Amino acid sequence: MSEIPDAIPAFPKLTRPMSGRVVAGVAQGAADQLRLDPVVLRLAFVLLTVLDGLGIVAYAALWMFTSREPSERVDRGRDWGQVAAYGLVGFVLAALGVLTGAAAGGVATWPIAIGGIGSLILWQQADPGRRKRWMNTTVGQVRQTWVRSGIGLLLVVVGAIGFLVAQDQLAQAGTGLMFTAVVVGGIGLIAAPWLASLWKELQKERTERIRQEERAEVAAHVHDSVLHTLTLIQRNANDPREVTRLARSQERELRNWLYQPKQDADATLAAAVRRVAAEEEDAHGVPIEIVCVGDCELDESLSALLHAARQAMVNAAKYSESPVVSVYLEIEPDEVTLFVRDRGKGFTLDDVPEDRMGIRQSIIGRMERNGGSARVKTAPGEGTEIMLTMKRNS
Amino acid sequence: MKTVRVLIVDDHRLFRSGVRAELGPSIQVVGEAEDVETAVRTIAELEPDVVLLDVHMPGGGGQEVLRRVLGSGSQVRFLALSVSDAAEDVIGVIRGGARGYVTKTINGTELTDAIGRVAEGDAVFSPRLAGFVLDAFASTEAPPIDPELDSLTTREREVLRLIARGYAYKEIAKELFISVKTVETHVSSVLRKLQLSNRHELSRWATARRLV
Repeated sequence: MSEIPDAIPAFPKLTRPMSGRVVAGVAQGAADQLRLDPVVLRLAFVLLTVLDGLGIVAYAALWMFTSREPSERVDRGRDWGQVAAYGLVGFVLAALGVLTGAAAGGVATWPIAIGGIGSLILWQQADPGRRKRWMNTTVGQVRQTWVRSGIGLLLVVVGAIGFLVAQDQLAQAGTGLMFTAVVVGGIGLIAAPWLASLWKELQKERTERIRQEERAEVAAHVHDSVLHTLTLIQRNANDPREVTRLARSQERELRNWLYQPKQDADATLAAAVRRVAAEEEDAHGVPIEIVCVGDCELDESLSALLHAARQAMVNAAKYSESPVVSVYLEIEPDEVTLFVRDRGKGFTLDDVPEDRMGIRQSIIGRMERNGGSARVKTAPGEGTEIMLTMKRNS
Repeated sequence: MKTVRVLIVDDHRLFRSGVRAELGPSIQVVGEAEDVETAVRTIAELEPDVVLLDVHMPGGGGQEVLRRVLGSGSQVRFLALSVSDAAEDVIGVIRGGARGYVTKTINGTELTDAIGRVAEGDAVFSPRLAGFVLDAFASTEAPPIDPELDSLTTREREVLRLIARGYAYKEIAKELFISVKTVETHVSSVLRKLQLSNRHELSRWATARRLV
């Protein structure tokens, strides 16, 4: 499969994961390999066991022939609630099967199977990991959980009715069902206000917890970086250059943390340019102001542009004597342009000796080798602006 | 040149006195305010030419001041001055009616210059604001509802690009072979589009930028 070279190997070896297992991890391992939900396989094993005992044989065989997943994770415990749930479902189904003779096969098997699937879906909601995710995710996923519950409930009801029909007892069950519905409805009416207040309480607690976590995160950040920098500034109070550098770098970090969208430092061009500028600003103590318009993935030719841009920033910060360097990056659908500008002393391009590496090799040469171009605009006393252009290969 | 009467609205006393000390002789600071309530009252009392407005303040921030003062029909001009670089804040105050946005790292001369410009009815864009505008107007794929308001002209785009590249108005004029007045006209026209364009994308773009 050439489309996903770096992803998981197409056919991973079947192993039994230790974390999250219910019995021995067979179903989970097989599910990982087949890219299915483990619930489906667990359910298949339980049903096959109940119907003709094949499930337990298959499970035992797989247990014997697959190795444990090598893992350093300590979390090896079972979720006994789930073990009990699957056991109970299996037991109830088996009991029903024996009592009604359905296990022998025939039409009556299907209602049991449908009911079993439904109840397993419902039981699955009790999985602690899922419950946790449910607690702190967005509306979309909550809705998904509701859909699952609804499908599970529907399957159980269909299974039950089908079972009754198969046994020709639907008519007798009618009165009983009516009675049950009235009792359940009554209990529901009594308990509803209490349940509602409980739900509200839970929501309140949840928001409170989220707020506390946020506060803790802010406190940790302030402690780790801001207080630390303030200490360093006090210690370096007699070195104005170092104080400025520290203050500036702390300001940048705080700003990024507060206002920048969370970005992977090296995945996109804009993020990479910001990082490079921050490094050079730290190294040379000259503020580098960055404005980015648009963004795109970083590829090989854009990496060349990034290197050239770094060299331009170094030149501006080191030699121009400008108090500030401006960097402007614009990403258009077919082209990327980057400007590095200073208001420093400038120079005459023809006066730069042929063998000087900075401008000619690291900037102009590098851009041309990678299919881009560089233009230098400068004059003594007029500052310098370097423009880098690179076509985008889409 | 006549002196410009300025009111400084900021909740940090140290910052207010810092700005006061830095401003040039063409500026007369007529008062200070430290929250939304006092700001609204003092603006009505003193009727300054320009209000230097902090974005984050107790009681609703700069946007609340803008809403209440401009809502009452006042003609006072606002220049937003903030430490925040968040697109949400920048676009927010501009759409709220401020005639410019500069960050607090700006030096005294530049600030004096910017105040003078706002007093004359022109707009002041920092490089970052120019970048945001270019980004916001470029990133929407939906066809403009009102072509006159919802898109930038080539010339406006050029001017904004140069601002984003760190050019001063005078340098832009030289670069594009136009007068400084023409540059100011272009910037003011972009400001008008920014404020009046009713495409929701602008606000949504600003909010979404934080959530990515």
